Amino acid sequence: MRPIPVPARLLIAVVALAGAACVLPVVATPGIRWGAVALLAALYAMCEWVTRCPFLGERAPRSMGAFFPVLLAAIFLLPAAAAALAAVPGALLGRVEQRPVAPRRIWRGGQLALACWAAGQAHQLLGGRASLGAGGAPDFPYALLPAAAAAAAFCLVMAVLDGLILAAVGGQGRRLTALVRGAGAGFAGSLAPTLVHGLAGLMMAVLWVSPYGPFAALLVLLPMYISYWVFEQYHRERSAHQATIRALVQAVDIKDEYTRGHSERVGKASVLIARELGMPDDRVEVLRFAGILHDVGKLGVPTRLLRKDGPLTPEERRIIELHPEYGHEMVRGIGFLGEARTAILHHHERLDGSGYPYGLVGRQIPEFARVVAVADAFDAMTSTRSYRRARPVSEALAELKRCAGKQFDPQMVRALVRALDRHGWHPTVTSDETAPVQLPFQEQQLSRETATGTAP
Amino acid sequence: MTRAHGSPVIVVAAGAAGALAVYALGHTLWYGVTERGIALAFGILIAVGELARWGGRRVSGAVAREPAPLGAAGALAYALLGESGGRPTHHGVLQIIAVVSAATLAGAVPHVATGGGPSPDHLIRRVLTVGFAAVCFQPLYNSGELQDLVGLGPLYAVWLAVVLALTALCDAVLSAVLIRARTHWPYGPLLRDELRALVGIGSAVGATGAVMALAVAVVGLWALPVFSAPLLLTQLAFRRYAAVRTTYRQTITSLARATEIAGYTPAGHARRVAVLSCAVGRDLGLSEADLTVLEYAALMHDIGQLSLVDPIPAGATALLPSAEQRRIALLGGAVVRQTGVPSDVAVVVERQADPYRDQPLTARIIRTANAYDELSRLSGPSGVLTALERLRLGTGHDYHPQVVESLSRVVGQGV
Repeated sequence: MRPIPVPARLLIAVVALAGAACVLPVVATPGIRWGAVALLAALYAMCEWVTRCPFLGERAPRSMGAFFPVLLAAIFLLPAAAAALAAVPGALLGRVEQRPVAPRRIWRGGQLALACWAAGQAHQLLGGRASLGAGGAPDFPYALLPAAAAAAAFCLVMAVLDGLILAAVGGQGRRLTALVRGAGAGFAGSLAPTLVHGLAGLMMAVLWVSPYGPFAALLVLLPMYISYWVFEQYHRERSAHQATIRALVQAVDIKDEYTRGHSERVGKASVLIARELGMPDDRVEVLRFAGILHDVGKLGVPTRLLRKDGPLTPEERRIIELHPEYGHEMVRGIGFLGEARTAILHHHERLDGSGYPYGLVGRQIPEFARVVAVADAFDAMTSTRSYRRARPVSEALAELKRCAGKQFDPQMVRALVRALDRHGWHPTVTSDETAPVQLPFQEQQLSRETATGTAP
Repeated sequence: MTRAHGSPVIVVAAGAAGALAVYALGHTLWYGVTERGIALAFGILIAVGELARWGGRRVSGAVAREPAPLGAAGALAYALLGESGGRPTHHGVLQIIAVVSAATLAGAVPHVATGGGPSPDHLIRRVLTVGFAAVCFQPLYNSGELQDLVGLGPLYAVWLAVVLALTALCDAVLSAVLIRARTHWPYGPLLRDELRALVGIGSAVGATGAVMALAVAVVGLWALPVFSAPLLLTQLAFRRYAAVRTTYRQTITSLARATEIAGYTPAGHARRVAVLSCAVGRDLGLSEADLTVLEYAALMHDIGQLSLVDPIPAGATALLPSAEQRRIALLGGAVVRQTGVPSDVAVVVERQADPYRDQPLTARIIRTANAYDELSRLSGPSGVLTALERLRLGTGHDYHPQVVESLSRVVGQGV
């Protein structure tokens, strides 16, 4: 466990004190409905507790995003200090993924108290509580304005504090960049989901003060909770899917052990080329899969042939050259791979028509296949094989340029050269990569499109 | 499937729903629409929800159960709408059915044009359940008795929740009956799966319907767009989940085909075993979660053969010595554990070659289905009977008698 840097300790202490300062005036505020405060605080704490409930085990939701509507409803319903108070017990009880646990909980409590207080002030400033219509009709559509302002303020405070702590735990220097970047990304990513939560929170608040009372308000939470539960399932299923793809790649690696890591590196090189060509993100993602899976057909080739040292007989060569067709046959049914399937079939075609399996010429070869062919050859040259040592990058690029026009598409070769000039080549294998870091606002993934998410 | 269309249950249900919708539309057109603005707003909401429906007819699970949650919630909300912005409304049951049917059909038009419209069952259920909810609520409300009975306070919200719970129960029963009439799967497990699904999407739809009805009562029609936004989030989440599930299943199928392309197992074996296993699992009343595990495990049950240096003749594991069978099963389990499927699947794959008394039911099914597919292929034209005969002979130790009987039933029905 890494010790917490001194600036981070200071920051946590300051934020905790500031949070306490936001909460404390609550004792002196007249006319607070303590029943509502207790109910909302208990509700939020219960929601947080559910995420670490031992009985639910695997089925418990991970992220706390589902419960922001409760906090936002508290902000709309209560004075700022009381709303901050309602957030604290839940924040202290919540699930913490990484150690150290105690400082993270304290940080979380201070952060949420500050954010709720600021949002409550913004809401109050615009006359939000009057617009909810306690005792009369709610003032729609005006009520949307204070609610949106409060949600934006909440989001802004959370994002800035996240940026601050990221900068504080980061290394020496560049703190300001880390702060700006962290806060900016956090705010941009979480604004839209928080605004949507704000609408749900507003509905809760309106129903809460209406004659139908808190029970009706609680009904709002059910669909929100279920949508997050489904989203959890989505992420779980998606990572399972990625593991399956990795398993396919590993199965190839096991058979053909000299080329371990080749598939992933080809995926990376293909992505470099695709970015250089300015392809949209979804196509880049598909191309990455094309690179990773280009040799999947080798599963159909006898292991003995793949591992053979020395020259192959024509018969053996013919069998190995079947692998693009085997691969295409295997992934034919995977809808989201789309164009990647043709890349798998045609990645051994050559521009002059001397390649296999079909001997396509020039532009007949699909674009993705031309990209993967360059990436494949590049990685084959720059990695060590049983029969020869790895060649340096510059030499490999020179060889690619020499064969451009005959074997490779010059456009793709140029793109690879430019990309390597810009980013360099750091071939690290990530087949054991861990789960992505939990972001403070888990639901910002909502706004991100992914290749698997947009599958038909 | 041909005989399903003539099933009396479906004819009765479709006839009732159709007649109700036509009568309601005619009645509403003849006597005119009360509170046009409200009817139009809800109609648009339902049509938009229907327009944003997901998936074709082939997807399974929660998505197939409620493909257009926003539309369903809007329809329920209209059925349970009492006041709007503090003023009482007067629309009756027939107008509700007319608006809901018309809006659902209108929203379905673009889907029909692209060949993926709602299934007839979906329409039948929509009309009948909305009719049920409206009959439970509107006459009481419009006559003023409900207000006298529970008042317009917290009890009113509770009453709405109760009506919705009853409606959901009705919908589950109706849905199970319709599926049963089409597929002849056993009724008990179907109903259980439907009731279990109520906890998920069913309760979300119901709660949303109640919230919309109450929110419109307080705020007026502004509540519809405001609360639709969070609901679209739900719809988006379900849609993505459905998409990734489809993709995942396709990838698993591809992985399963690896053994066939590598020449270890005959073409189509994994898929046939999966289809057969699922049919037997359904016949034996397995839950939907178990059926998913069964399907994945059946698709990947031979994956261990990839680790073998020499292929087994014709890939038929059923005729190998049992120690060898078990070794391949363990190799397969090791591969499956890497693929990120639930560990239940790996356990089933690992234990597919154990004597049936040591196996979980899913592994028993796969063992029997696998042996049946291999034996029936190897023994020529009279393959089916020979294979069943040999399976029956093996019921002392290898194959579970009940599973073998279920398999022979399923095969007899022509799966």
